[in-house]
Amino acid sequence: MQLVLEFLALPFVQDVLKILFILLLFAMPLGTFMTLMERKWSAAVQDRIGPNRANIGSYRGRGLLHIAADALKSIFKEDLIPKGADKFLYTIAPFFSFMSAVAVFAIIPIAGPIGDFKFQVTDVEPGLLFIFAITSLGVYGAVLAGASSNSKFALFGGTRASAQMISYEVFLGLSLMGLFMVYGSTQVSAIVEGQGEHWFGLIPKWGVFTQPLGFVVFFTALIAETKRAPFDAPEGESEIVAGYFVEYSGMRWSSFMLAEYIAIVGVAALITTLFFGGYQVPWLYHWESAPQWLVTLLQFGKFASFTFIFCWFQIQIRWTVPKFRFDQTMALGWKKLLPVALLNTVVTAIIIVALA
Amino acid sequence: MNASELTTISAEELKPVHLPGAIIPAPPEDSDTSIMRIEIGPAHPAMHGIVRLTTYLDGEQIVGMVPEIGYLHRGFEKESENSKWIQVIPYTDRLNYVSPVLNNIGYSMAVEKLFGVEIPRRAQFARVIMGEISRITDHLTCLAACAMEVGGFTFFLWFIKAREYLYELLEQVTGGRVTINWTRFGGNSTDFPDGFLKEVEVRLEKVREVIEEGDQLVTRNKIFIDRMKNIGVLSKEKAISYGFTGPLLRACGVPYDIRRADPHLVYDELDFEIPIGEVGDSYDRFLVRMEEMRQSISIIEQAIDKIPYGPVMTRERYLGYPDKKEVYGSIEGLIDHFKMVMEGHHPPAGEVYQPIEGGNGELGFYLVSDGSGDPVKCRVRPPCFNYVQAMPELALGHYVADIIAIFGSINMIGGELDR
Repeated sequence: MQLVLEFLALPFVQDVLKILFILLLFAMPLGTFMTLMERKWSAAVQDRIGPNRANIGSYRGRGLLHIAADALKSIFKEDLIPKGADKFLYTIAPFFSFMSAVAVFAIIPIAGPIGDFKFQVTDVEPGLLFIFAITSLGVYGAVLAGASSNSKFALFGGTRASAQMISYEVFLGLSLMGLFMVYGSTQVSAIVEGQGEHWFGLIPKWGVFTQPLGFVVFFTALIAETKRAPFDAPEGESEIVAGYFVEYSGMRWSSFMLAEYIAIVGVAALITTLFFGGYQVPWLYHWESAPQWLVTLLQFGKFASFTFIFCWFQIQIRWTVPKFRFDQTMALGWKKLLPVALLNTVVTAIIIVALA
Repeated sequence: MNASELTTISAEELKPVHLPGAIIPAPPEDSDTSIMRIEIGPAHPAMHGIVRLTTYLDGEQIVGMVPEIGYLHRGFEKESENSKWIQVIPYTDRLNYVSPVLNNIGYSMAVEKLFGVEIPRRAQFARVIMGEISRITDHLTCLAACAMEVGGFTFFLWFIKAREYLYELLEQVTGGRVTINWTRFGGNSTDFPDGFLKEVEVRLEKVREVIEEGDQLVTRNKIFIDRMKNIGVLSKEKAISYGFTGPLLRACGVPYDIRRADPHLVYDELDFEIPIGEVGDSYDRFLVRMEEMRQSISIIEQAIDKIPYGPVMTRERYLGYPDKKEVYGSIEGLIDHFKMVMEGHHPPAGEVYQPIEGGNGELGFYLVSDGSGDPVKCRVRPPCFNYVQAMPELALGHYVADIIAIFGSINMIGGELDR
């Protein structure tokens, strides 16, 4: 028993356990559930019933079994590599997309720290800069897939994706400058910590209240970064069929799809962490005698529920608005978001200096 | 093969193709740039009939296009020549398969013109009601598909839901949703069932609600306007020279509607407006169709108020079957029935052209009869043939993504385009 506890106390073992918990019990299941939720919620928006046919005997679970059915189907489907494709690049491209979607969760705290123990895989000093680095890796997924598929439609998707994602990286970074100034750090734990305070003991000092403009720009840029509607010109299902992954099939295609849905969860988790107080439960400080386990549970519950709400919100956006054309996406970024982000940075700086 | 090989095409490949309307770009002068040829269709999600648009691109910009049609050619016209006159009616269902009633009406009216008969007033009103319902389904489908392709998938399913309300109405009268085979020479095969007109009013109210709901969702949406406005502009003169008709011509600002210009059936007794657009872009086409649906609803409501009681089939023996009572009760009835079954219709020799306002524009039937039981020629003037021909000109200079916004708004229906 002693040995087991000592083993568990090893930092390496703890890290692995955290990764397993956050990825396998939180991000992946939620991402997988999003595939169903998107279909079910779009059905609700569009006056349909949605998927409900997959069954085991008479059990249908309101379409829940479609998750398993889809996974099984894509495993057993033929994994085609088109003639003339670059086999190596074609094979590794999905991993880039998938990895960059998953790696976001490395720095997201899902509950408040207990003593030295943090509910966060790694609390690196550069913090959000790590996110920018990781999301730019995701570009490779789309670009390599597009360039290696030996298909003109895929090539279109790849070029569009590279231009869009590299551009929106800029606004992604710029929109957070104000946030860094307000909370005085790029470290995620410090930013979340800072959001635990309250103005007049009433209004929580969340990022969305201190940086409303930053929130709008960041959310927009992040949706564009993950190539979700209305910014899904790289996929452009109506004109370039499926864009950069048009030639993919089977499990490789599924990893692109799953990467997209995990990215939805990642976006929601980032928004929650940076702009909605992360795990911080507002007004909880009034209740000083709260047991630690309950506080941690409440914090996780708050984080998870906000993440879920933003996942839903992205789905709602997708099924409400039409899509931008590719050049309009770029115009929106460089002509509208960039000035707004710069203005936000300048105004925040002036206010901080004036208050100090 | 690497990416650069994919994008390059040689100068020989850019030599002109003799297809009407095709635009082939000149080979680029400097060797650094190249033109990319991309085949959009025949199997492509946005080509909702089957059509191939060979598109030449400079980057994302369209510099040339060759529309190639004929993938859905079923030989309608030749097949008609090998059929009896009456046997052509089911074929016409398959022409424009989103507004089959109008095709039926068009063909039947052309044959009636050959015979020189007037059909009973109730049948005329019934044709107006069913025809306008069909026009609404046509516009609903077109707008839904158009909005879907620029990303408004929710709008698509809402409109398809509304279309289903109307298809169910058609089903009550004709027994079929799409392949309806409803009209006959000299009238209609069936009268409205009991309580049908009340049901029409109820359902039109529901359809109107969906239309207004969709209007709120999409019409003033900034993204949607950006995608549609000033895309695929065609001037009045160009549109006329291409032979545009229907909603597309009206979107260019020409108030030409066959229901007004050459009133057939009882359209001259009904009050309706002809919406026109200003610049003739995709957005105008969208708005014109949107308004036309409202006008059609109003036409149907007026027709319901005015529809008289009476027969729906003419009593002329050379046009319709005699009543079953007569067939079994009198020798004349039996002989007439026998002759009708064995020999069919014998329109007098001559030729006619009968245009009607189809869902998509002027739907014309040109028929030639030599007095025998078979059509000598049955030529259809499909409205969207001219639209597809103008496709390169509409798309020139726009981006790849605009092809679908244009193509969605011209509403190509493979069935009537290729026949």
